[in-house]
Amino acid sequence: MNAAGILQIVLYFAVLTAAAIPLGAYMARVYSFERTWLDPVLRPIERGIHRLCAIDPEAEQHWTAYALACLMFSLVGLLLMYALMRLQAMLPLNPAGQVAVAPDLAFNTAVSFTTNTNWQNYGGESTMAYLTQMAGMTVKNFTSAATGMAVLIALVRGFARRQSRTVGNFYVDVVRSTLYILLPLATVVALVLVAQGVPQNFDAYTDVVTLEGGRQIIAQGPAASQVAIKHIGTNGGGFFNANSAHPFENPTALSNLIEMTGQLLISAGLVFAFGRMIGDRRQGRALYIAMALMLATGIIVTYWAEGAGNPALSGIDLAATDQAPGGNMEGKEVRFGIASSAIFATTTTATSCGAVNAMHDSFTPLGGMVPLVNIMLGEVIFGGVGAGLHGMIVFVIVTVFIAGLMVGRTPEYLGKKMEAREVKLAVLCILIFPLSILGFGAVAVMLPAGLAGIAAPGPHGLTEVLYAYTSASGNNGSAFGGLSGNSWFYNTTLGAAMLIGRFLIIVPTLAIAGSLAAKKIVPPSSGTFPTHGSQFIGLLIAIICVIGGLTFFPVLALGPIVEHLLLGAGTLF
Amino acid sequence: MLKHLKPAILLTLVLTVLTGLAYPVAITGLAGALFPHQAHGSLIERNGAVVGSELIGQNFTRPDYFHPRPSATTTTDPDDPAKTVPAPYNAASSGASNAAPSSRSFIDGVLALAGQLRAENPDAEVALPIDLATASASGLDPHISPQAAEFQVPRVAKARGMADADLRAMIAHATEGRTFGVLGEATVNVLKLNLALDEASGGARR
Repeated sequence: MNAAGILQIVLYFAVLTAAAIPLGAYMARVYSFERTWLDPVLRPIERGIHRLCAIDPEAEQHWTAYALACLMFSLVGLLLMYALMRLQAMLPLNPAGQVAVAPDLAFNTAVSFTTNTNWQNYGGESTMAYLTQMAGMTVKNFTSAATGMAVLIALVRGFARRQSRTVGNFYVDVVRSTLYILLPLATVVALVLVAQGVPQNFDAYTDVVTLEGGRQIIAQGPAASQVAIKHIGTNGGGFFNANSAHPFENPTALSNLIEMTGQLLISAGLVFAFGRMIGDRRQGRALYIAMALMLATGIIVTYWAEGAGNPALSGIDLAATDQAPGGNMEGKEVRFGIASSAIFATTTTATSCGAVNAMHDSFTPLGGMVPLVNIMLGEVIFGGVGAGLHGMIVFVIVTVFIAGLMVGRTPEYLGKKMEAREVKLAVLCILIFPLSILGFGAVAVMLPAGLAGIAAPGPHGLTEVLYAYTSASGNNGSAFGGLSGNSWFYNTTLGAAMLIGRFLIIVPTLAIAGSLAAKKIVPPSSGTFPTHGSQFIGLLIAIICVIGGLTFFPVLALGPIVEHLLLGAGTLF
Repeated sequence: MLKHLKPAILLTLVLTVLTGLAYPVAITGLAGALFPHQAHGSLIERNGAVVGSELIGQNFTRPDYFHPRPSATTTTDPDDPAKTVPAPYNAASSGASNAAPSSRSFIDGVLALAGQLRAENPDAEVALPIDLATASASGLDPHISPQAAEFQVPRVAKARGMADADLRAMIAHATEGRTFGVLGEATVNVLKLNLALDEASGGARR
């Protein structure tokens, strides 16, 4: 660890917070249907889309209709993307001559992009045609992000409304999220990324004779437009196989800062928007502080572990100086070094982005455990756009429930009484997730088809499988890439884990929204547990860590923890 | 059911046109007009021929060039399409080793490479830095650390018949510090440095 590294971490939090607060204010206006400065341009387009798609903006939906619309919209998008991949060889904009994607891989990838996971069992530049990248990947990056934001807004309306039958209109919320928030941000970020060096063209791959007379074929394509929304929408599926480690996808330390900020920006902004929409900004601030504290802890542990390097390589110069990055550089890029890779790895797994600028599989055991634990905690440390905050609110419900048990009062949050129905649904959301991770993981390590994909011997092999199902169930999409996931077994089981992790959480969340919307708002009394102070923040963090710890500590002990201890003692596999 | 399916289908189609066609095409138009060099891959030409991209590393093995970091990229085995064979700096298929830190074959490989690098650079005046002995995340890292460049100076100087001091000046010129003095790490672009070397020695050498 050195001063420049610490300074980068401080700078990152400063930039993020400074950008998230005004964005939060803007998003609160967007979702409250108030006038914004983009209205003159976007309002006519929005009306046109409503008319074209037969959406009645005045017709609000009961939570069940809202959930049904969400499922239908996701299903249609999934089928369209699957078709695009299967038919790409016959469609235009395919200068590299990519062939049809195999059925199991196309299923996995379509599910992956629909659920905002963006797991990559494919290499972008060696598998996908430009048209698939645009009309498939890029579109799902927008729509899956907008879906997450819509579900969150429905839940926020559940708190803000009193005795209401409806929670909003899903299609109106999706169109608004896309037009007013995602598209403008993506346009700006895409152009800045091009200025930094990310390509944006429809050229054929460039055929080069190198200085030593060799041949190099350089992949090209409309990368910047895809990469921008991949971060803004916390999607994370790379245009190129190496994702944000690829020098075309993340060319400079500055583009890296932009991508790291981009992948947390909306999730962080929504926390502030939440506070504004429920009429108590202190509530948003409290959740922001809880998330930021957990994020900072993760970054520092990763930076420390990666900066220390691999003890088995101590004969080589591992010192971090102004002349060399030092530390554990396997699977990292020189322009990022250790600190920028540690911040990226922690933020991309805290939020459900899953883009990578360094290969998590080659991190030291403890450095690689932080990304894994971030996802295991439920993707609530900012989390995916929308999905992160609605996941966090589920933990808040459990926290006020436990606090209520301690003092023997009916728990309440933001004036809504938390009764048996809400708490049961919240616990359902929390339990589905480890069930999917540990269930599929256990099956994979018992079956030959699962064991066949493991690359690393010893405890690291278990971590590879565990990381895969954690990432899929958490809709993250980053990987311990040594695992050969492009097999029939992994394509289907990971696909199933992604669907469970997305929709079996969205439906109960919307049920909570509907149930809350129908309730009265009770004014706070002397017995109300305040949810904006340090006591609440501490309790919330403790509850998240205890639930995660009780669930996953045994398997972590068999994976990264034992690997760390053995590596320190000089044992290799 | 049909009532719910209709807006889902229509909105999917409209958003596909908007975000999947109009948006990338508009960005392509703007990017090409504002930043044409970057938009087409930051390609470098020498004597009218494209010799590479500023951003994409190239493989160098000759002693009279500075060497990049190891690359774990592969290509399809010409004898068996189901397998892959090593192909360093394959810019049509980026990727990493994904080696586990506790893997014996990985550690043995890095230590063997370190021994080879030290043998190739017997007169090096600085210690071998870790970045020069480990594979990058993309397999296309265009950079090495300044220390990794300095490590190779005596070898390249001997092979080129140039003075060490002249090479050090070229490295200093090619070194980019941390952005704003804070972000990322100091880097040396290997392809640009080697192009400058060729220019200093009077054109490409064969």
